[in-house]
Amino acid sequence: MSDALLLNAVLWLPVLGMLALPLLPRGNDAAVRALTLAVVALELACAAWLLVRFDGSVAGLQAETRLPWIRAWGVEYHIGLDGLNVLLVALTAFLGPLVVAGAFSAVQRDVKLFHAMLLLIQFTMLGTLLAQDLFLFYVFWEAMLIPMFLLIGVWGGERRIYATLKFVLYTAFGSILMLAALIYLVYTLPWHGGSVSFAFEYLYRHPPAAAAQNWLFAAFALSFAIKVPIVPLHTWLPDAHVEAPTAGSVILAGVLLKMGTYGFMKLGVPLFPEAARFFTPAMMTLAVISILYGACLALVQTDIKKIIAYSSISHLGYVMLGLASASLLGIQGAILQMVSHGLVAGGLFLMIGMIYERCHTRDLAAYGGLAKLLPVYSLFFMILTLAAVGLPTTSGFAGEFMVLIGSFDAAWPLYEQGHAAALVLAGSAVLGVVLGAWYMLWFAERFLFGAARAPHQPLVDLGRRERLILAAIVAAVFAIGLYPGPLLEKTELAARQYQKVLQGSAAAEVRP
Amino acid sequence: MDLLTAIVLLPLAGFLINGLAGARLGRGFVSIVGCGLPILAFVAALRAFFALTGGDGAPLVATAYTWGSVGGQSFEIGFWFDRLGAVMALIVTGVGSLIHIYSTGYMKEDPGYARYFAYLNLFLFFMLLLVLGRSLLVCFVGWEGVGLASYLLIGFWFEDPAKARAGKKAFITNRVGDAGFLLGMFLLYHALGTLNFDGVQAAFAAGAPAALSADLVGILLFIGATGKSAQIPLHVWLPDAMAGPTPVSALIHAATMVTAGVYLVARLNGIYAHAPLASELIAVIGVATALFAATIAVTQTDIKKVLAWSTISQLGYMFLALGVGAYGAAVFHLYTHAFFKACLFLGAGSVIHALSGEQDIRRMGGLARRIPLTFATFAIATAAIAGIPPLAGFFSKDEILWFAFASDRGGGPLLWVVGAFTALLTAFYMFRLLWLTFLSPSRMDENTAHHVHESPPAMTGVLLVLAALSAVGGFVALPHFLHPVLPMAGIGEGLERYETPLLVTSVLIALAGLAGAASLYAQGPARAERLAARVPRLHRLLSGTYFVDELYDAAVTRPIAWLSEVVLLRLGDRWLIDGSLHGLAALARGAAGRLSRVQGGGVQRYMLLAGLGILVCVAWVWRHV
Repeated sequence: MSDALLLNAVLWLPVLGMLALPLLPRGNDAAVRALTLAVVALELACAAWLLVRFDGSVAGLQAETRLPWIRAWGVEYHIGLDGLNVLLVALTAFLGPLVVAGAFSAVQRDVKLFHAMLLLIQFTMLGTLLAQDLFLFYVFWEAMLIPMFLLIGVWGGERRIYATLKFVLYTAFGSILMLAALIYLVYTLPWHGGSVSFAFEYLYRHPPAAAAQNWLFAAFALSFAIKVPIVPLHTWLPDAHVEAPTAGSVILAGVLLKMGTYGFMKLGVPLFPEAARFFTPAMMTLAVISILYGACLALVQTDIKKIIAYSSISHLGYVMLGLASASLLGIQGAILQMVSHGLVAGGLFLMIGMIYERCHTRDLAAYGGLAKLLPVYSLFFMILTLAAVGLPTTSGFAGEFMVLIGSFDAAWPLYEQGHAAALVLAGSAVLGVVLGAWYMLWFAERFLFGAARAPHQPLVDLGRRERLILAAIVAAVFAIGLYPGPLLEKTELAARQYQKVLQGSAAAEVRP
Repeated sequence: MDLLTAIVLLPLAGFLINGLAGARLGRGFVSIVGCGLPILAFVAALRAFFALTGGDGAPLVATAYTWGSVGGQSFEIGFWFDRLGAVMALIVTGVGSLIHIYSTGYMKEDPGYARYFAYLNLFLFFMLLLVLGRSLLVCFVGWEGVGLASYLLIGFWFEDPAKARAGKKAFITNRVGDAGFLLGMFLLYHALGTLNFDGVQAAFAAGAPAALSADLVGILLFIGATGKSAQIPLHVWLPDAMAGPTPVSALIHAATMVTAGVYLVARLNGIYAHAPLASELIAVIGVATALFAATIAVTQTDIKKVLAWSTISQLGYMFLALGVGAYGAAVFHLYTHAFFKACLFLGAGSVIHALSGEQDIRRMGGLARRIPLTFATFAIATAAIAGIPPLAGFFSKDEILWFAFASDRGGGPLLWVVGAFTALLTAFYMFRLLWLTFLSPSRMDENTAHHVHESPPAMTGVLLVLAALSAVGGFVALPHFLHPVLPMAGIGEGLERYETPLLVTSVLIALAGLAGAASLYAQGPARAERLAARVPRLHRLLSGTYFVDELYDAAVTRPIAWLSEVVLLRLGDRWLIDGSLHGLAALARGAAGRLSRVQGGGVQRYMLLAGLGILVCVAWVWRHV
C-alpha cells in the first residue's frame, strides 16, 4: 500500500470505526470496547510504519494526498506528513490505544457514545495535524472542540458544566479571532486569474503586507496561546482537567495542548514571519512566565489532578521558549518536549485515573505511603515523576535540556548586543528546573511515602492491562531519553526551515 | 565490549537484575549479584588502570554511541580514562565493593534487601558515568543520577515521613546547585561549541578564550559543586541525609558522591587556571565551610551527625586546596578521606548495629572492650582524620595546609591559620567521639548493654581493610601520580623554609586536639556539658547548626509558598483572571437581558428598528459602491 493511502487510513480509520459502532448490538459494551481498541490499534500500526518510513533527509511533504474540494475557493483536501507533524501524529496514534484500554473499567455509562467520541476526537486531532490547507485545518481545529466538550460535559465530574463552559468560551473566543483573521487573509490574497489556494505552502509564499501581519498574527497567536495554554490564558485548563474523565484528561494533556504549540510552528510563524519576529520577545517572556507561574501554582495544589494540570502549563512553557528561541537546538528540543510531555503527562493522568477508580478521591491529603500499599503502581508513578522532573535518561531531560541550552545560546548574543533581558529570561527558565523538582517530589512524598493511608482499603495493585499500558509509556519515555537521535533526524530539516523563517532572510547562517 | 563501557555497565546490570527480579531470587542470589558486579567493575577498572600506566600515557577513550545530533553538532556518550579518572574509578568501585560486602551483614534483616542492592548498584552506575564521562553532558547525566540514587536511599525507609522528607530536601537542594551547573555548561557550549572535557581543556590551555569569562563559568560550575559537595550555602541537605542506612552514608555521603564537586573542579582545572576570582571564591568558601562545619561537629550528639558535619568540613579542605591551585592535593585528600571516612561511618554502623539502633553518643561509652575490632578500626581512622602521623590523613591534610599557606596562586597566612584551627577542632571532635563512644565509662541502659555484640565478619572484615588503607594509604604519592593531568600550583618565593616548622606545628595541633578531648571526656560528657552551660547562647548556636535551616525556611521556602498561594493563586488566578472572566460573563448576561427587551413584541418598535437598519445599510452602500 502506498504511503499516501496509509496516511489516509490513519486519518479515516476512526471514522470507519465510528460508523461501525452503531451496528453493534445494544448493551454489548465489551464488543464496543474491543472494536474501538482494534481500530486505534490498527491506526497505531499504520502510523508507526509511516514514522519508520518517514525520511528526514527530504524536505517538504511526504505521503501527500491532494484533491480538490471546493473548487470555487481553491480549497483542497490536502494532507501530508512533514517534520513538524510526524512525531505528533505518531504520539496521537500511540496514545489512542492506551486511552481506550485505560477506559475499559472506568466508563460504564453511554459506552457507545463515549467510544464514538474518542474516535471522533482522534479523527479531528489527526486531521488538524495532517491538514496542509488552511480551510481544512480550520474545520478540523473547530471540530476538535465538539467531542472534547461532550467528553467533559457528559462523563465529567460534579462541576463539569462550569468547566465545559469555561473551556468552550475560552476556545471559541480564540477561534472567532482566528476566523476573522483567516477571512481577512483570504480577501487580501493575490487572486491572480481568479485562482487562489488555501494551501499552506502557497500562503507561506504570499505573506500578507507587513502592516497587517501584526494584527493577523496576534489573532492566530491568541487562539493558539489559549490552547497551549500560555499564562494568563490558562485558567480553563485546571478546571477542564479536574472535571474531565481520565480519557479526556489524557487526550487533553497528551495531544490537544500541543495543537497550540503546533499551531505556532505550522501557521503562526511561517504565515506571518515579520510579525512573529516582532512578537518573539513577548513570546519568550510569556513562555518563561508560564514555566515559573505554572510551577509555583503546582506547588500549592491539593487536588492531584490540578498538580499535573499546572505542571503541564509549566512544561509547555518550555516548548514555547524553545520555539521562540530561534535556535535549532531550542526548536528541536521543543519538538521533543512536546512528545515527552504527551507521554509523561498522559501517563500521569492515566495513573491518577487508576487510583481514582480505586479510591474515588483526588484529594492529596487522603493519600500516603502508597509505595507500601501499591508497590507496582508506585514504581511506575515514580518513574513518570522523575521523567516530569527532567531526570537524565528520561525523555523529559532530552527536551528540557535542549530547550534550555538552545534558548541560552540564542540569548547570549542578544545580551552582548545590550539586551540583558534576554539573558535574564533564559537564566530564569533554568529556575523552572528547581521548582519542577520541588513540586513533583513534594507530590511524590505526600502520595507515595510516609505512613500508609488511603480512603479505600485493601487496595488491589495494578492488573495486567494497567501494567501493559504503563509499561508502553515508560518504554517510550526511556527510549527517547536514552536515544533521541533517530527522532531528531526526522525533524531536523523542518526545524531548520522554521528557524530560517523566524530568523528572517537577513540573518545569515547562524550556528545551531 | 569495550573495557570502559563494561566498567560502567556492570553495576547497571546488577541494578536491572536485582531491581526487576531480586524479590523472587532470594537473598543469596541478590548478594552475589549485588556484590559480584561491582567487584567485577573494580577488576575491570584495575585492568584499565594497568593498560593506562603501561601504555604511552595517552588516556583510554571510548565512544558508546551518539545520543543525538543537531545541526551537525553531535552529543556523544563517550568515556575518558586518564589518571584522574582512574583514581576516581578505583575509589568508586573499590570502596564501593567493600561497602556492598559490608551491607550484606548490615542489611541482613531488612525486608527491602533486593531493593537496597538494586539502588546501591544504580548509584555505582551513575557515579561511574560521572567520573568516566568524556563530556560535561555525560558527567551531568551521572551527576543527576547519583542525586536520584541518593534520594532513593536516603528515603529508603520511606514509611518514616522524616526520612522521605530528608530525601526530597537533598534532591531539591542539589537541584539549586544543578541550575548553576547547567548555566555554566550552557555558557561553555555557547563559547566553545563543545562540552568534551578534552576540548574544554584544550581551549583553555592556550589561554582563556576571548568570548568567555572564565571566572563566570568557574563560579557557575562551582555553584553546582557546592550543591553536590555540601558546601556553604547549600550544605543543609547532608546532615539530614543521615536518615539513610549507614552504609549508604559511608558510600554516597562520605566517600564518593559528595566528592563529585571536587572532581568537577579538578577536572576543569584548565578553566580555573584562568579564573583567579572563581578560585579565590572556592578557597574562601572551602575554608569557611571547613571551619563552620567543624564548630558544629563539636557539639553534635548523634554519632552519624558528628561524622556528617565532619564530612562537610573535610570537603571544605578539599575545596581550599582547589582554590589555591593544589588540585593534586585536593584529590589526594579525597582519596584518603574515602578510606578513613568510610571506615568511620561503617564503624559507626557497627556500633549502631551492636546497640540495636542507638545513635546518641551520650548514651554510649565503654564499648572498647565489648566490640574490640570495631574499636580498633575506628581508632585508627580517627587518628587518620585527626592528622596523626604517619596515617593517611596526615599526609593529605598537611599537603593542603602547606599549599594554603605557600601556594603562589592565592595561598596566605590567613588561610593557613583558619585551616590549622579547623584541624585542631577536627582532632578535638573526633577524639571526643572516640572517647564518648568507646573509652569513657558506659552510660548504656542495662537492656542495651546486655545485647551488645560484635558485628559479623562481613562487616568487621571490611572495617579491617579500610582501617589498613587509612593507615598506609598516605604513602602513595598521589599528587605526583596525578601531575600530568592535575598541575600543582608553585610555592611562593622564599617560603620553602617554613615547610618543616609548619609540619611540626600541624602535628602538635593534632596532638593538642587529642589531649584536650581526652582530658575533657575521659569521664563522659558531664564536664563538657557544665562547660557548655556557661556559654548557653554559643552552645545553642552551634548545636542548632547556626539556624541556617530556619533561615532558609523563613527567607526562601515560606515566601515562595506565600507568593504561590496568596499572590499567584488567589490574587492572580482566582481574583484577577477568573474574576474578570466571571465579570465579563455577568456583563454579557446583563446586556443580553437588556437586549432581550428589544424583542418585547411591540410592532412599532420592530418597525422602527427595521427602518433604522435599512437606513444604515443604504448609507453604507451609498458610500462604498
